[in-house]
Amino acid sequence: MDSQLTAWALAAAQALLFIAAAPLLGGWLRRVKCHMQNRAAPPVWQQYRDLAKLLRKRMLLAENASWLFRVVPYIVFSAMLLAAAVVPLVTVHLPSAAIADLIVLVGFFALARFFTALAALDIGTAFGGMGASREMMVAALAEPAMLMAVFTLSMTASTTNLSVATEYILQAGLVLRPSFLFALLALAMVAVAETSRVPVDNPATHLELTMLHEAMILEYGGRHLALIEWATQIKLMIYSVIIVDFFFPWGIATDFSAMALAVGVIAVAAKLMLLAVVLVVWETLLAKMRLFRVPQFLGFSFMLSLLAMLTHVVLETGG
Amino acid sequence: MTLLEVTLLVPLLGGLLLAAIGHRPIAGGINVAVGVATFGSALAMALEVFAHGPQLSPSRMFYIDAFNVYLVVLTAFVGLTTSIFSRPYMRHEVERGRVTSRRLRLYHSMYQCFLFSMLLALSTNNLGVLWVAMELATLTTVLLVSLYRTPEAIEAAWKYFILCGVGIAQALFGTVLIYFAAENKFGVGRDDTLLWTVLHGAAAGNLDPAVITLAFVFLLVGYGTKVGLVPLHNWLPDAHSEGPTPMSAVLSGLLLNVALYALVRVKMLVDASLHTNLAGHLMMGFGLLSFTVAGLFLHRQHDVKRMFSYSSIEHMGLITFGFGMGGPLATFGALLHMTVHSLTKSAIFITVGHACQLAGTQRIDQIRGLIRTQPAIGWGLLLGTMAIAGFPPFGVFISEFLLLMATMKSWPWLTIPLLVGFGVAFAGLSRHVQRMVFGEPPPGQNPVEANMLPVMVHLFLVLWLGLAIPGFLSRWFEQATVLISGASPL
Amino acid sequence: MGIASLGLYSQAIILFAALALFTSFIMLAQTRMMPLIFTFAWQGLLLTVVSVLVAIVSDHPHLHVSAALTFSLKVIVIPWLLYRLSIKLNMQYDAEVIEHPTLLLLGGVALVIFSYHVAQSIVHLSGLATRNTIAVSMAIELLGMLLMCVRKSAVAQVIGFMSMESGIFFAAVVSTYGMPLIVELGVAFDILVAAILFGVFFFHLRDSFGSLNVGQFNRLSEANQPMPQRDAAGEPAPGDPS
Repeated sequence: MDSQLTAWALAAAQALLFIAAAPLLGGWLRRVKCHMQNRAAPPVWQQYRDLAKLLRKRMLLAENASWLFRVVPYIVFSAMLLAAAVVPLVTVHLPSAAIADLIVLVGFFALARFFTALAALDIGTAFGGMGASREMMVAALAEPAMLMAVFTLSMTASTTNLSVATEYILQAGLVLRPSFLFALLALAMVAVAETSRVPVDNPATHLELTMLHEAMILEYGGRHLALIEWATQIKLMIYSVIIVDFFFPWGIATDFSAMALAVGVIAVAAKLMLLAVVLVVWETLLAKMRLFRVPQFLGFSFMLSLLAMLTHVVLETGG
Repeated sequence: MTLLEVTLLVPLLGGLLLAAIGHRPIAGGINVAVGVATFGSALAMALEVFAHGPQLSPSRMFYIDAFNVYLVVLTAFVGLTTSIFSRPYMRHEVERGRVTSRRLRLYHSMYQCFLFSMLLALSTNNLGVLWVAMELATLTTVLLVSLYRTPEAIEAAWKYFILCGVGIAQALFGTVLIYFAAENKFGVGRDDTLLWTVLHGAAAGNLDPAVITLAFVFLLVGYGTKVGLVPLHNWLPDAHSEGPTPMSAVLSGLLLNVALYALVRVKMLVDASLHTNLAGHLMMGFGLLSFTVAGLFLHRQHDVKRMFSYSSIEHMGLITFGFGMGGPLATFGALLHMTVHSLTKSAIFITVGHACQLAGTQRIDQIRGLIRTQPAIGWGLLLGTMAIAGFPPFGVFISEFLLLMATMKSWPWLTIPLLVGFGVAFAGLSRHVQRMVFGEPPPGQNPVEANMLPVMVHLFLVLWLGLAIPGFLSRWFEQATVLISGASPL
Repeated sequence: MGIASLGLYSQAIILFAALALFTSFIMLAQTRMMPLIFTFAWQGLLLTVVSVLVAIVSDHPHLHVSAALTFSLKVIVIPWLLYRLSIKLNMQYDAEVIEHPTLLLLGGVALVIFSYHVAQSIVHLSGLATRNTIAVSMAIELLGMLLMCVRKSAVAQVIGFMSMESGIFFAAVVSTYGMPLIVELGVAFDILVAAILFGVFFFHLRDSFGSLNVGQFNRLSEANQPMPQRDAAGEPAPGDPS
């Protein structure tokens, strides 16, 4: 009973740590990018200040905004919060891991995306419609690739549960799996597309015609915008943690002792910082693609995940 | 096996010598002399094999038995007669300016190297070396097909290179698969696993059927491309028509035979291990398809050499069909057909070469009245076409008759497409040739310097084989038939 | 599970074989000349590493000779030849157009599935623990053939041909521990001569046709043959209705 309570408390704590750390990851990303581009960087906690500022601001709503427009930010944030609660950040054996299914995760993302698109269409502006259609196109192409990669990983671990799969991979030790290599590349490309990073979308752009994701939330202000921005940062962190969990799971805690938890926190922090640096290098090396080249980019990632599945079936199973 | 070594080394050394001095006027004569030496030693070797039975070289790298010995003699013979023809022909080409002296050097040396590669392919015991020799044969002739450097010639040579390259690569994969099956039976570490004698003898019946089936499919596609089986034949009409005529003669007459020889050797291995007749059925199917399709394509041609290349495809299809049917009668017929087709086709190409020199063009509708301008060429073309179409008393009639008889015995319904095909091919050939040979010669057409001796020798041999196959030759064929099909036809 | 129970070297063999298959796919979609040549060189390097690993795992030292042959030919000589040819022909910045790259890649995936299906019936004979790489080698060979069939640049066709040979060599390494030495030397010699001849050909093609786009080599097609003309003497040919 006592251990149950501890477990649930740890689950809640992990979820809170997750959403609290998301803006920190965003800040670190921005800082590294500024250094790489030889600019003066804002401090790492700047994102917190931005969120606080937005929460204080007064909201303006369009006249024809329906109830949907007002409700969507909360839906999106709740979906992301739930998703963050099930992804193992520091430790694997939590009771919330029972619903940590990868398909459920994809479902959460789809839910958030669907409602954001609806909100964009709700106002009736041109940019809202444009952003919604673009985002849906990218999602339609990225989802098969992601699911194929996820299935490949699940076939190796014989489960779609993220927590159980992480544990399996942790126990298998160092195994050179080509399917994992290809799935990593495919997932990375899909993550870049879904979180609106270069080369699919430039998150720092202010030109509306070049926006994919930003165009959908142009009309939001005040605390609505704060929630949506925070949800976006949580999404980026979720993708990063999935990649880190599956492919480099060493350091994650498998029991609830204080030592293991501390090691888990330090390990995941270090891995996320490193992943952010890799992302920044990638973004600096590549230029944003024209929109009609995005299907080719995502087609290549789909082929990579197909290849991952094929190499798994051909080379890694049986003898 | 010193006679074999002489047979192989003479063309190789000749090729190297001609690479240095091939542009001199004496090069044609040296070419002929090398051909005479090769033919002489091949004939001597054949007599030795005839007297003492199959010969295996001490290193077990070469093996001469009844099947390949007569092909070796045939290759050397046709190589010799074609080199006799090529002497005045290339002189004429140089005078007309179509070939520079540097390219003449290339031509002469590659000619002998090509003969060497074919002889190597015929006499080797190692399946891997067989592949290497076949690829070498392709490589030596590629530059010769494009000798005239016109856009059409270069396109033909590129097509030849690429299509045969793809095909040959599949054949290499098939060879690897055979090696895989054999190594599985013999274990790793022996160095004789790719030897045909070993595979045919000890391993017969014991190679894994799945691997051998897969290997045969790849080898059929691979070597079948070089034989010119439809639908892998697209390179053949181009390559045989765009190169200089001596090249067309040896490609049509000899290389197709060597590729089919490789295919039949492999089929002998496969039949021993597979207890179904899959290999035979596949060969029959492809052979019949080539036979019918080529006969139909014959009619549409406007270039005389292309027309006769399609005739080559048709006849090689017929021979493949015969070998696929198996059985002593069909095999005997197919072996005979290989010989007479080779002799007749090379004679035709030689005649056609002179006819084109005479008329100044290769287009059928612009060649007229050959028999008026130069009766030797006209008669040669007429008799050659009659021979290849299967008229008695030429030898082609005998072999086609034997194949028809064998088909009637085992696959009676297939005689109908065969007969129809013969009729269609005859109609196509005679339709075009009749216009070329007879009719009013266009003004300004003068006789050319032509040595019709090779043509007369070839046609005489074909006639002889049609009237009465000499005793030693029929015994040769019988031994080969026993080897391939396991029973004697006589 | 299958792969987790193998030793580290065998896992490395599988990993490098999968990466070689990946380079085949990259070559299918790569339109620019120089990256295509470099990708081909990478494929040769990966296959060399696999040969060395198989030599170590299965204790067949003569495979090192095989690996050295592959390295010198497929990684050094042939890419260098093609690189120099591209520069001499002034085509190093050329990029050809592929109509449907995604369809092409999916076709490649279908070929991989096909070769796996075909190889299933024969892999049980191999003694090597990583024998499923036979399917990968067949796939590399078929993908090389696909490259030759669908690409319009002559250089891409040549690279497809060389890639086919790489696949076959790889098949020999993983199924039969390499071929007898004399056969391997013969094959390597043939490939080298073929590469040199291809180089000579590129110049002829460029001089005759003005480009290396094989779509323009169609003078000898059956459909393009010119119709029969009137007789040379001006009279209608016998048999013509006139």
